[in-house]
Amino acid sequence: MNTAFLEHFAALPQEGPSFLAAMRRDALARFTAHGFPTPRNEDWHFTSPAPIVESSFEPMRPMAAPIDRSAIAPWMAGSDEWPLLVFVNGRFAPSLSSTASLPVGVRAMSLASALLEEPTLVERYLGRVASFNEQAFAFVALNTALMRDGSVIHVARDTRVSRPLHMLFLTDDAADGGVTHPRNLVVVDRNAEVSLIEQYASLAGGRSLTNAVTEAVLDDGATLRHYRLQRENMRAFHTGHVDARLARDAHYHSFSFATGAELSRINIYATLGGEGSGATLNGLYMLDDVQHCDHQTRIEHARPNCYSRELYKGILDGASHGVFNGKVYVHAEAQKTDGKQTNNTLLLSERARIDTKPQLEIFADDVKCTHGATVGRLDALSAFYMRSRGITAATTRRLLTYAFAAEVLETIELEPLRTALEALTLARYAGE
Amino acid sequence: MLTIDGLRATAGDREILRGITMSVAAGEVHAIMGPNGSGKSTLAQVLAGHPGYEVTGGTVEYDGRDLLAMEPEERAHAGIFLAFQYPVEIPGVSNAYFLRTAFNEIRKARGEEEIDPMDFLDVMAERLKLVDMDEAMLQRSVNSGFSGGEKKRNEILQMAVLEPRLAILDETDSGLDIDALRVVADGVNALRRPENATIVVTHYQRLLNYIVPDYVHVLANGRIVKSGGKELALDLEARGYDWLIDEPRTAGAGA
Ligand SMILES: Nc1ncnc2c1ncn2[C@@H]1O[C@H](COP(=O)(O)OP(=O)(O)OP(=O)(O)O)[C@@H](O)[C@H]1O
Ligand SMILES: [Mg+2]
Repeated sequence: MNTAFLEHFAALPQEGPSFLAAMRRDALARFTAHGFPTPRNEDWHFTSPAPIVESSFEPMRPMAAPIDRSAIAPWMAGSDEWPLLVFVNGRFAPSLSSTASLPVGVRAMSLASALLEEPTLVERYLGRVASFNEQAFAFVALNTALMRDGSVIHVARDTRVSRPLHMLFLTDDAADGGVTHPRNLVVVDRNAEVSLIEQYASLAGGRSLTNAVTEAVLDDGATLRHYRLQRENMRAFHTGHVDARLARDAHYHSFSFATGAELSRINIYATLGGEGSGATLNGLYMLDDVQHCDHQTRIEHARPNCYSRELYKGILDGASHGVFNGKVYVHAEAQKTDGKQTNNTLLLSERARIDTKPQLEIFADDVKCTHGATVGRLDALSAFYMRSRGITAATTRRLLTYAFAAEVLETIELEPLRTALEALTLARYAGE
Repeated sequence: MLTIDGLRATAGDREILRGITMSVAAGEVHAIMGPNGSGKSTLAQVLAGHPGYEVTGGTVEYDGRDLLAMEPEERAHAGIFLAFQYPVEIPGVSNAYFLRTAFNEIRKARGEEEIDPMDFLDVMAERLKLVDMDEAMLQRSVNSGFSGGEKKRNEILQMAVLEPRLAILDETDSGLDIDALRVVADGVNALRRPENATIVVTHYQRLLNYIVPDYVHVLANGRIVKSGGKELALDLEARGYDWLIDEPRTAGAGA
């Protein structure tokens, strides 16, 4: 048992509403009871949290020095004009944030201030979506016990926002050896529509752990487009959990873009809890060297007439290791479920490895659920065709790699973000 | 410009080219004809540097350089262009981006300045006209979902943009309707220069009415069994290949 986190808990300032204190204690008790998952835990079969556990991270130190806006320019992901919430080392950084341009009907604030200003909203939803009552969710339990800050977004009924809201989580020079537990809550009311970018990045090269949880609640007819970017430095550890709960006719579109961190585990969960709702979970992970990145998706079809679509693509170079585990759970009453899952992997090196595992549990009889996985290498004929046009071997590899990813990048509806991620994809394997 | 001497090549353990000798001088057009499976495409691909074939004998000299020692892209930089018999589809890379990348990489290799996307569009507009292609095709993925004829036109468009010194056209005429054939042939002719040369692989005399060859070679079973002037193509049209092939087609193959 790792006692460092218990010490972190003991050191937490006694503040915030009483419901939170009770929830923290509960979460810590679960964590203490279950401990960290081992490879025997089916959900963690291919990813060992041992390197994280053995690192004995300390509570995160505050920002080392004030950060200039120009220092965060590389992380703007499409536009610096979008409303922006910046967090440095886990704490809200108002001087780097800009929420003045938020449209009427949208509120965005830090969790720390929401606990003071909007305790009712927070109490109503926080911790109600992301379950932590299993060993597999040890990191969710830890986050729940130790959360300090994050963002709270509320979109009022019938509000349709065209510009996305960007939540940017940065770590700096002081972050080496520290852990943060960012906690986000997104509430989209009836028939409202919003796009969010949730991005994790590093301003320095130290090793830290980001253990993030995002809960999203979508009321009837609501739409949430959620772009999650994990671009932390190559020594970072990252555990992330996203849990969305959908009511009738709600739509959740998730895109997980993961290129950073030495070791990362990202869960994207959605519960289709209302008839006619649907989830699209897409993703692209690009790894190199000794990077390990594990995506687990889980779609729970709890009601009839819902759809789910999943397309995850992985590009693996060096001695990297990718994991994709796509779970689809169809309840007995969820008739007419329409589900499709695809995982395609491109191996750029002999040493790279992918473990891909679809996992369908279907208890209804009138459903359409398909899944498929492919693992391949760059096509030799395409490569020859390009080189015969004068394109060098290195550029050919880069272009064909990009071409592999293009299909999933095209699903990003937010054009400036798509363009930015396309450029990042083209540049990802430029050094060969 | 190009001197092929005793060229032999295998795929797997099968010998496909069994000693090809021919030479092409600047300004010339050579036609290569011959039955299916005789090795025409293999010869074309070996000249372009296809890594799937192993050269087991002979030499190829291009502008005084050892062509066989060059990477495929170096051959392109030196002015060689192969219009593929079966152009390759590359979903996810737009035709425009592909062409601009190729164009710029060739310029870079020659120590010339790269062209910016705006100026490149002007180059493209002009070349599109040459092959009578719609601009919309530029935004589509390379050859992806193109019809057979569109793919062939796209090859000629690439050729028109890259302006090779030695163009090798592998059955660019097959699958083209008669109007498209004329467009493609006009395109090829418009690009002819005294300092350039063209090798045309075809089954049909009709293309040679438009692109008139100086020499015609007949390839059978991995060897050139006859060479002649443009009249040879007419002969072949009338008489077929049998009279030229003195050994059974499969003899020696795979041995
Ligand atoms: N990579 C390969 N592996 C094995 N056999 C091959 C390979 N490439 C070509 N061949 C064989 O070599 C022979 C010559 O093929 P090639 O494509 O050069 O013929 P061709 O003269 O172009 O024919 P066509 O007129 O049908 O286009 C054929 O029998 C073909 O099956
Ligand atoms: Mg052929």
